[in-house]
Amino acid sequence: MRSRWGIILGLMLLAVFGAAGVARAQDAGKDAAPGAASSAPQNAAPDAAQSCDVPAYLLTSDSPLPKVADAVKGAHVLNVLVVGSRSSTIPMQEASAYPARLQAYLKEKLPSVTVNVSVELLAKKTAEEAASALVKLVEDKKATLVVWQTGTVDAMRSIDPDDFRSAVDDGVAALQTAGADVILMNLQYSPRTDSMVSAPPYLDNMRVVAQQHDVPLFDRFAIMQQWNDSGEFDFFSAAHGLDLVKRVHDCLGRALSKFVIDAAHLDAAQQN
Amino acid sequence: MTSIADRIAGPALAGEADASARVALPIGLAPTISAPPVSERELRLDLFRGMALWLIFIDHLPPSFLTWLTIRNYGFSDATEIFIFISGYTAAFVYGRAMRDVGFVVATARILRRVWQIYVAHVFLFTIFLAEISYVATSFENPLYSEEMGILDFLKQPDVTIVQALLLRFRPVNMDVLPLYIVLMFFLPAILWLMKWRPDVTLALSALLYAATWQFDLYLSAYPNGVWAFNPFAWQLLFVFGAWCAQGGARRMTRILSSPITMWISIAYLLAAFYVTLTWYVPQMNNMLPRGLEQWMYPIDKTDLDVLRFAHFLALAALTVRFLPKDWAGLKSPWLRPLILCGQHSLEIFCLGVFLAFAGHFVLAEVSGGPALHAVLHAVVTISGIVIMCAAAWLFSWYKHSADKSARARSTIGNADLAGGSL
Repeated sequence: MRSRWGIILGLMLLAVFGAAGVARAQDAGKDAAPGAASSAPQNAAPDAAQSCDVPAYLLTSDSPLPKVADAVKGAHVLNVLVVGSRSSTIPMQEASAYPARLQAYLKEKLPSVTVNVSVELLAKKTAEEAASALVKLVEDKKATLVVWQTGTVDAMRSIDPDDFRSAVDDGVAALQTAGADVILMNLQYSPRTDSMVSAPPYLDNMRVVAQQHDVPLFDRFAIMQQWNDSGEFDFFSAAHGLDLVKRVHDCLGRALSKFVIDAAHLDAAQQN
Repeated sequence: MTSIADRIAGPALAGEADASARVALPIGLAPTISAPPVSERELRLDLFRGMALWLIFIDHLPPSFLTWLTIRNYGFSDATEIFIFISGYTAAFVYGRAMRDVGFVVATARILRRVWQIYVAHVFLFTIFLAEISYVATSFENPLYSEEMGILDFLKQPDVTIVQALLLRFRPVNMDVLPLYIVLMFFLPAILWLMKWRPDVTLALSALLYAATWQFDLYLSAYPNGVWAFNPFAWQLLFVFGAWCAQGGARRMTRILSSPITMWISIAYLLAAFYVTLTWYVPQMNNMLPRGLEQWMYPIDKTDLDVLRFAHFLALAALTVRFLPKDWAGLKSPWLRPLILCGQHSLEIFCLGVFLAFAGHFVLAEVSGGPALHAVLHAVVTISGIVIMCAAAWLFSWYKHSADKSARARSTIGNADLAGGSL
């Protein structure tokens, strides 16, 4: 019964094209009324309109930040150093990048504490290249907390994941010996380069190092993916102005500030 | 009752029967292998290779709810293991027979022709990839990703890049499997030659090379830096193990495979692996593994085919051959026909799958819209991809058996696709 098979195949094709047609139509509808979904947050002030909601589990960590807790409770001074590659800044707009936003949010949440966030950009440096520079940076800046954003350059150059892991491992160990608390921050979620950059081995290895050294891992990748899935941001779309970048960095800065406060148990400290 | 699926299968089965009748060679992994001379092709191999092709396609698309269907979310190993093992099995089966029938030189020549086909397929896919990313490079302007876009810098030196791609050293993401095959197939004549002499020694040598890979950190370097994502020194173990099974190893393992102890060990291991994978996806379970175990276990290395992955594959295979008999009636059902057809044309369908994954990425990226639309579109892309793969497999079958008469007359020996492909 050749015809029966043909009918099944035909129906499947019909279903596929039908669904595609509906999708197209919806899409056209969206294009026709561009103001509806996307422009509302753009017009408002960045931190007011964007909810930046992140599931709680992404903002908590079982690994502590004892030195941060001591510094806040004792000297009321918190020196944070962000070490990262180019995704830790916005060219010409440093004040809107997540390190600056982190400083703003930390100041807001810890009014009695002097918060200094400085940034050290190691553009196009792999984890191994960055690791060797870390200790000197910490000493220069007298940082209590180092946020080390890494993995992007290594993933782009497809550095051997084992080498990457040992480099991050060395870097974290050196920072801890130098007397700083460490937060690791992983890659950005970048759906457009998915088919060119393989992020998973680097994400996995950063998780491993964080576990081994008991340091908190700020899972930027998962957080951004969450935003993309929930429709908070559309990271797929090809053309986006500076506006989107600023809003994303603002949300990242806010999430990171919550993460720091949670990991260092500063909520309790503030209440005292 | 002759459905069209049966009609397609007819000539293949008949051809296969001729071939096996001449060399009564036992095939099959199953404990049920003791059966009389096997005159039909091992449909389970086609079925699972077809499944592996579908899963690889789904895994190559951006993650969606369909990704949860793929086995890598339920344990350590994934479709790649299945695929390499079955390829080793079928390649050894087909070319091993050729080696006995027509001698080493001719069989080697056939294998090398196959290697060449795979190489050409790889270059073809690379061309498409180049077109895709050149488009992305020129059209995508998002300052958020100015760093990630640096990956496109290699477009500034197409001369170097293309030559490195031809040397198999420059391999974009998702294009790592074919180079691995090319290398494995290239060494197949030597493997078969050794196997003819002493199958067990060959397997032992392969295991030794695997151990040496871990001990001495053997690897092949890639361009511009890094290493091959699938280390051939390690992954050859799975390929040679497949070949060993095809050369009678499976039969000799019948007793082990049918023992209840093996079954319970496999089940226990699969459950343990499932539990570990759960802790990756359920954040609340993050701390439910002992730290010592985590330190010992992680990372589970895909590049070098971690022992845990290999063991996971073995456990899956052991249970499969136990509970899915060779003569299971479902293998003939029209519902599994698309999977089996895909498995029978593995090289073509694999390449098509990689291409469709590129195309899927492209469509998903181009059509913007809300998350709901995106989810729908994602499902549509995935399902139409699979339908296209099946339709193409059906078309290839038709060509092979109806349109291309001379190919059909040319007998089946050495024709990799007919005997389950050798990709």
